[in-house]
Amino acid sequence: MSDQQLHPTASAGRPRWWIAGSIVVLIAVAAAGAMIGPAGPVWWRVPLAVLERVPFLGADGLGISSGVTDREWSIVWDIRMPRVVLAGIVGAMLSLGGASYQGVFRNPLVDPYLLGAAAGGGLGATLVITTVGRSGLDWPIDPVPLVAFVFALGTVAVTYAVGASFGGLRTSGTLVLAGVAMVSLMTAIQTFVLQRNSDVVREVYNWILGRLSTATWADVLLVSPYVLVSAGVLLLHRRHLDVLRVGDDEATALGVPVARVRLVVVVAATLGTAAVVAVSGLIGFVGLVVPHMVRLMAGSSYRVVIPLAVTIGASFLILADIPGRTLSSPAEVPIGVVTAFIGAPFFIVLLRTRQVSR
Amino acid sequence: MSSIEFRQVQVRLGRRQVVNDFSMTVSSGSWLGIIGPNGAGKSSLLKAAAGVVAHSGQVLVDGAPLDLRHRSRRAALVSYVPQDPILPDDMTGSEYVMLGRTMHVGYFGMPSRNDRAMVDGVIERLGLTSFARRRLGSLSGGERQRLVIARALATEAPILLLDEPTSALDIGHQQQALELVARLRDEHGLTVVSAMHDLTLAGMYSDRLVLLHEGSMVAHGTVVEVLSAETLAEFYGVRVTVHQESDGTVVVVPRRDRL
Repeated sequence: MSDQQLHPTASAGRPRWWIAGSIVVLIAVAAAGAMIGPAGPVWWRVPLAVLERVPFLGADGLGISSGVTDREWSIVWDIRMPRVVLAGIVGAMLSLGGASYQGVFRNPLVDPYLLGAAAGGGLGATLVITTVGRSGLDWPIDPVPLVAFVFALGTVAVTYAVGASFGGLRTSGTLVLAGVAMVSLMTAIQTFVLQRNSDVVREVYNWILGRLSTATWADVLLVSPYVLVSAGVLLLHRRHLDVLRVGDDEATALGVPVARVRLVVVVAATLGTAAVVAVSGLIGFVGLVVPHMVRLMAGSSYRVVIPLAVTIGASFLILADIPGRTLSSPAEVPIGVVTAFIGAPFFIVLLRTRQVSR
Repeated sequence: MSSIEFRQVQVRLGRRQVVNDFSMTVSSGSWLGIIGPNGAGKSSLLKAAAGVVAHSGQVLVDGAPLDLRHRSRRAALVSYVPQDPILPDDMTGSEYVMLGRTMHVGYFGMPSRNDRAMVDGVIERLGLTSFARRRLGSLSGGERQRLVIARALATEAPILLLDEPTSALDIGHQQQALELVARLRDEHGLTVVSAMHDLTLAGMYSDRLVLLHEGSMVAHGTVVEVLSAETLAEFYGVRVTVHQESDGTVVVVPRRDRL
């Protein structure tokens, strides 16, 4: 047995194949998400219905007739598809944010909510729901995501300012501790507010558990710009995340502007995370575990982890959303529950097989 | 080939002055050993030269101050190996050596074919081919140290700063690592500044020695001049015997006080 067989390396696999394969999986999962649902047309008619609606080619050119009624099509186009797309965006962003945070803080137990994006967003949503009620007023837009977004960003900004003023940005430890303090503070305020308004506890609780059920194309349009900017910046910094793995001092000596890279990555990841928290609530597990799944499969280099976090995170959440809406139909299982239910056993199996093969 | 000059370098950590007015010129292609008791300021001095800690005074390479250079240009002139380098367990050997090319890659760029060839060349020259695809976590201390040196070499920097390069190694691997540095110095004309714990090893490899004590330079000169029993007794507070072997090697032997 040669030396290399004794010490297999995951990253020896070709990153390009991993990325290509994960894109194929993403397309397959998205197609399944559009085809499966409690109401609507029979699943195999959905692709036909899509083809039929391709201009000049479908119904007119090839004469495809899917037999899907307009009402059924509306279920596919207006309900399922935005939900699938939003699940993909949210899953991609959370796992991308998690991977970036883990890189920039050199800590594998970090999720994108570390610096208070979730706690701040939760408090913002709670305040809106308790004061004006979810649909009490005729606002031109739903105030819950807007306020949640602002609170999420604001909390992270305060965390960053506090951490930077005490510890400087050469070390990340103070920043993490500032995050712990801010999260406790926000959660305490939220609990206090909730206790005084126990009539809306259920509504707030639903928000906290996370949901994609009310997804519309408007939600997709709302988050897309933030997520696109965030993902673009993070993808461009994936090489820097690899250098940061050897620590701040060595990265500095290698010519990396550590404090600036950390700030840029945190701002980008927070912006995207806050946007998806605002529309989907707090979906746990994805941001923490999907990056580790990726590492266990394809190796730990951020040049591979960052793009794969996008595709696999998206696939994971789309997949997790399918049982959520079909199992106990018409009631819905909260998506955050499903992600943990599917993800935890899968992760344990993956962890175990990797240990054995090492 | 480049020289490095320290001009009144001072380093403060909090309120403590850890390096005090250090001035020294290390000529091109020579090896300066920095010795001194724990806490003397050896590491801080190297970190100042590497741009890792803030300092006053100047560090100049070939007469030009490093502080005025862009950080990637600076990193391309001076490579730095810390006392306890962090080697991520699941990174592979060649990924690690590739980090040494960081300053040659544009901010948003990716390593070029040229960078890859350079890394492969360094790995081959140092006989590390069998570690290139292995995870760092599966390597021994001596193997890791050679990869760290390979990373420093991949930067192509003419000046190499080593902080206690042998502190984690057994005697055989200590010698192996230092021999490697000595060989590379000859081949590439590197200028080496190293903080060293082991006085005999420091004397064997350095051209000149500097003794730091509480942040200040208290002795400097050739190995024989600095490694004297009186000087060591004064600043380390130990009783030692200094032997000189027939080949000129200075050996420092600790002595035990017996009543």
